[in-house]
Amino acid sequence: MSVYVDKNTKVIVQGITGSTALFHAKQMLEYGTQIVGGVTPGKGGTEVEGISVYNTVEEAVKATGANASVIYVPAPFAADAIMEATDAELDLAICITEHIPVLDMVKVKRYMEGKKTRLVGPNCPGVITPDECKIGIMPGYIHKKGHIGVVSRSGTLTYEAVHQLSEAGLGQSTAVGIGGDPVNGTDFIDVLKAFEEDEDTEAVIMIGEIGGTAEEEAAEWVKANMSKPVVGFIGGRTAPPGKRMGHAGAIISGGKGTADEKIRVMNECGIEVAETPSVMGETLINVLKSSDLYDKCKTH
Amino acid sequence: MNIHEYQGKQIMRDFGVAVPNGHVAYNVDEAVEAAEKLGTDVTVVKAQIHAGGRGNAGGVKIAKSLDDVRTYAEELLGKTLVTHQTGSEGKEVKRLLIEEGCDIKNEYYVGLVLDRNTSRVTMMASEEGGTEIEQVAEETPEKIFKEVIDPVVGLTPFQARRLAFNINIPKESLSKAVKFMLGLYDVFMKKDCSIAEINPLVTTGEGEVLALDSKLNFDDNALFRQKDIADLRDLDEEDPKEIEASKYDLSYIALDGNIGCMVNGAGLAMATMDTIKHYGGEPANFLDVGGGASKEKVTGAFKLILSDENVNGIFVNIFGGIMKCDVIAEGIVAASKEVGLELPLVVRLEGTNVKEGKRILDESGLNITAADSMADGAQKIVEFVK
Repeated sequence: MSVYVDKNTKVIVQGITGSTALFHAKQMLEYGTQIVGGVTPGKGGTEVEGISVYNTVEEAVKATGANASVIYVPAPFAADAIMEATDAELDLAICITEHIPVLDMVKVKRYMEGKKTRLVGPNCPGVITPDECKIGIMPGYIHKKGHIGVVSRSGTLTYEAVHQLSEAGLGQSTAVGIGGDPVNGTDFIDVLKAFEEDEDTEAVIMIGEIGGTAEEEAAEWVKANMSKPVVGFIGGRTAPPGKRMGHAGAIISGGKGTADEKIRVMNECGIEVAETPSVMGETLINVLKSSDLYDKCKTH
Repeated sequence: MNIHEYQGKQIMRDFGVAVPNGHVAYNVDEAVEAAEKLGTDVTVVKAQIHAGGRGNAGGVKIAKSLDDVRTYAEELLGKTLVTHQTGSEGKEVKRLLIEEGCDIKNEYYVGLVLDRNTSRVTMMASEEGGTEIEQVAEETPEKIFKEVIDPVVGLTPFQARRLAFNINIPKESLSKAVKFMLGLYDVFMKKDCSIAEINPLVTTGEGEVLALDSKLNFDDNALFRQKDIADLRDLDEEDPKEIEASKYDLSYIALDGNIGCMVNGAGLAMATMDTIKHYGGEPANFLDVGGGASKEKVTGAFKLILSDENVNGIFVNIFGGIMKCDVIAEGIVAASKEVGLELPLVVRLEGTNVKEGKRILDESGLNITAADSMADGAQKIVEFVK
């Protein structure tokens, strides 16, 4: 068991003929992900790196039986690509693309209401279930199979957490990057719910950052619904207010969205929060030991 | 992206949203000319800077004659205004808006923002015009009314009416207020706004509904399809280093410390700042080199950090995913050689192509301190700049 992706996931790559997409398609193949096809309008019938290219997602799905898509399409066309994946009734669409106009995403969210497809991202590193399936741009080698679920708004900070876990001998069940944009598909609560239900996951590490109130709501949800321990980290403690810290969603505005407030609420809800990003792994280990889960989670 | 009040009002005017007549002036003569053209008994002289709180800082003057306009224009142009949003260094006034005065009866607040919880655009309105909306939200939240907007149908007249009734717009001005709100929503959607705030919105003695002020911000990610908005960018209002950063498509924010940071990914960049601070250091900047960075981009980032005179040392923290460590390493080597780097440099590399990256740094002959982790690197650079 795992969350969202496993060894049976069949993936198509939207925008496959772009250089970034192609580089990462190769990396995913090397990792063992079933990349069954690619889509670039107008290049159907050709082949790149041994992968068949189709003109439309619908055509690719019919030909390959894919149930997931990863999107590397440039920002001006990415919203349309997500809707095309939704229309083709894929289970999962993971959008890596950053800089998508936010009003495009408002429309995409509305379009996806009541439809089958789960969107992860945009502006995210993707989803990985170690040794089974890697969809996205994360460096595969840092991940180890195990029982810790990882969910994060930040790509590189996810790698940081995973790296610390693997170094400490704690493998991961699945790592999900939900992305740093103000409007995204899957949110913290969706992923926490999935980890709570996943029998392979014993504990969760949740990485947030300044801006919005998603971490606070997730913390309340954890308090009310989650039996498995959750530890956290919030980036941007030292960020000045009113400045957009890279991610479109990472901004302290009108006194809202500060790291201190998020940490306060998380603590109140029983979530241990790491003081610095360097002790995310350590913080989790302490919690695992005190809840008698350490031996079970120690995988290597 | 931010624009000036007068530019925002012109956009609204183009969409048929009611604003007072007015003209921009870059010098005193233009200001007087503009007032003559308006020909109203009362003229308002408004300093144009990218910051709120201008009224309280003395940046808005009421002129009752052309001589008044001349006096105020002379006073304001070239003056440095310090408001609660400019920081203590303030901002120099280089443009004025010369606007007709109007007979204000009541002041309201109307704003459009993205509501992150619903992923929808939301219109907010309040009877408490002229006050900061954050303050109203804090003190009297019951006086703020909200309508969540379905992007398929847009703001509906019934929603606009409901807002207008809730904030007690006088009956005779009701249909004009509704028209105003619908028009403002149209501007927001068609011009890819991130914020559209009208504070105050006023009703006048003649029953008109007008935007006395306008604050429009735009989604940077949508500027590719809003060329006319991109043209309104006023570089005088921006930090020169942030302008330089935008040329290389870097995300850069200047801070007060002395440790220059170069990081990939916004989350890791923030976490790196936090870690430096944790070990007693002060970051000089936030700098995210992003995902698919080229050697040139990394070189640009490096030069940018070094252009800050306060910087006494540099910490590079890279966890390569989409970014390849060898590309970063080449950029560091090229930039160091080009500028003749003499400051301490600590580099932490991990992730995609990390071996090649480390090899490039080792073989460069440069004086680079390698770090095993973010904490290790932060401690080392803090020690160096002491």
